[in-house]
Amino acid sequence: MPKGLIGLKFDAQDCVLVSKTQLTPTIYDFRLKNKTLAAITKPGQFVQVLVPGKTLRRPISVCDVEEDTIRLVFEVRGEGTQIMSQMGEGDTVNIIAPLGRGFTLDKNKRTVFVGGGIGVPPMLYSAGQLGDNAVVINGFRSKDAVILSKDFEKVVSKLIITTDDGSFGIHGFVTQPLEQEIKKAELICACGPTPMLRNIARMAKEHNVPCQVSLEQRMACGVGACLGCAVAVKRQDGTTCFQHVCKDGPVFDAEEVAW
Amino acid sequence: MADLGVNIAGVHFNNPIIAASGTIGFGREYSEFYPLSIFGGISCKGTTLRERPGNPPPRIAETPMGMLNAVGLQNPGVEHFIKDDLPWLREQGTVIISNVAGSTESDYCQMAEILSDTDIDMIELNISCPNVKEGGVQFGTSCSSVAAITKAVRQHCRKPLIIKLSPNVSDIAQIAQAAESEGADAVSLINTLTGMRIDINTRRPIIKNITGGMSGPAVFPVAVRMVWQVKNAVDIPVIGMGGITTWQDAVEMMIAGADAFQIGTALFTDPYSPVKIAKGLNDYLDQHGMKSVTELTHSIEV
Repeated sequence: MPKGLIGLKFDAQDCVLVSKTQLTPTIYDFRLKNKTLAAITKPGQFVQVLVPGKTLRRPISVCDVEEDTIRLVFEVRGEGTQIMSQMGEGDTVNIIAPLGRGFTLDKNKRTVFVGGGIGVPPMLYSAGQLGDNAVVINGFRSKDAVILSKDFEKVVSKLIITTDDGSFGIHGFVTQPLEQEIKKAELICACGPTPMLRNIARMAKEHNVPCQVSLEQRMACGVGACLGCAVAVKRQDGTTCFQHVCKDGPVFDAEEVAW
Repeated sequence: MADLGVNIAGVHFNNPIIAASGTIGFGREYSEFYPLSIFGGISCKGTTLRERPGNPPPRIAETPMGMLNAVGLQNPGVEHFIKDDLPWLREQGTVIISNVAGSTESDYCQMAEILSDTDIDMIELNISCPNVKEGGVQFGTSCSSVAAITKAVRQHCRKPLIIKLSPNVSDIAQIAQAAESEGADAVSLINTLTGMRIDINTRRPIIKNITGGMSGPAVFPVAVRMVWQVKNAVDIPVIGMGGITTWQDAVEMMIAGADAFQIGTALFTDPYSPVKIAKGLNDYLDQHGMKSVTELTHSIEV
């Protein structure tokens, strides 16, 4: 059932794994070639990767889009990502893409992108849209976990790196340099562990800076049908309801999230 | 080309492939992949009288060749369905089955009353949801409770009535007979098997609800067995489901006794699985010289 580009929101299609590199002992960098899907993928969206032998696909954030390839940088966390890490160049990989609502960016607004650990990759494509107006703060556990620095340096003017143990960059959490950067920020975009996101959301509120956070949750369909990947969101009237990471997110307004 | 059409309780389906309740919402998302008319029918997300928020997350866990879910019947309520989803769905060229859930007998009866005045095609009574505190499976686990709810709903239901059965019972054939005796037009089975996973590092259940409903290829042999037992015990049509992933599974389920079948979890692994199943089913019938898919139903040799 061939489909044109016009009006296509997402589809399940085969891609070719055209390049595979290992960035750290547990983090892999895939480039998947599919012109149709790459052309419609926006910053902050994700893909659902079919893993041979597994019932559920694995949701992976889009790290970057380079012409006709979608770049995925993922960490081996369990069986599914372990199987993914065994895929080789030339293999066919089936993905559903692009999925979800990504970051809402404005090229004229000074935006601070904050990534923590495996929350760093989705910031590359997003920050790259802003160029000189993007400040990137990437936090890692230690020096040997630092990834993608050269890629960020190519597309943004300011990159700050923190490590928890001080083995590289600023010793401490991403929130330390954010204290300074937030003063000039017109928007914050963040992805990483929930405690980090919660702290950033609180800081953004104190400084009255809009903040968008990218969340994750255990997921099944990926398209908004099964309602599996629930996240508690505040309604206007103060009550909470469940929205879904795959369709309403993965990017949410930090003020809406019921932390 | 064999004839894939089937008739279930007077309703014509273009093919025996039905999307299982809870896996396809109200159809809109999967219509991005293909026209919904590729399905003979769609069983909509379990719907209740009023909006239900569903269970807190996590709601999903993977299992060997399957998954657990505890969504907890999150849905916008029946009025929303009638106003916002049904008119669109009616245009999609597929049979619409409304999956009805409730906490009390009165809920089910009111739902049947309301939906009987709409242009849905059939009602599937969900008395087998394992993920809600009240109602759901408690109506579906004894012959007397199944007979009672079927009898009560029958008096309000002016649409063909399917009773969806739980596998978490000692004798599903007797349960099916109880439904048939009180006027069910068809039965569908199996709903999910209650399961549980624990994170060995935190020692906490992975699913917030602690237990969830298990589905996927792992439950297929259980479903085949139960469909066969039920087909041997009742005269009304049997809609088989539980782990159907490939066209071979679909053929097997029909041979066991299914007049039609539902696919659910397979949609998550491969959204195009119903397209592949339809083609495989047709090719199988052609190769075996069968003119109609109905020839497959209960063709088991024992």
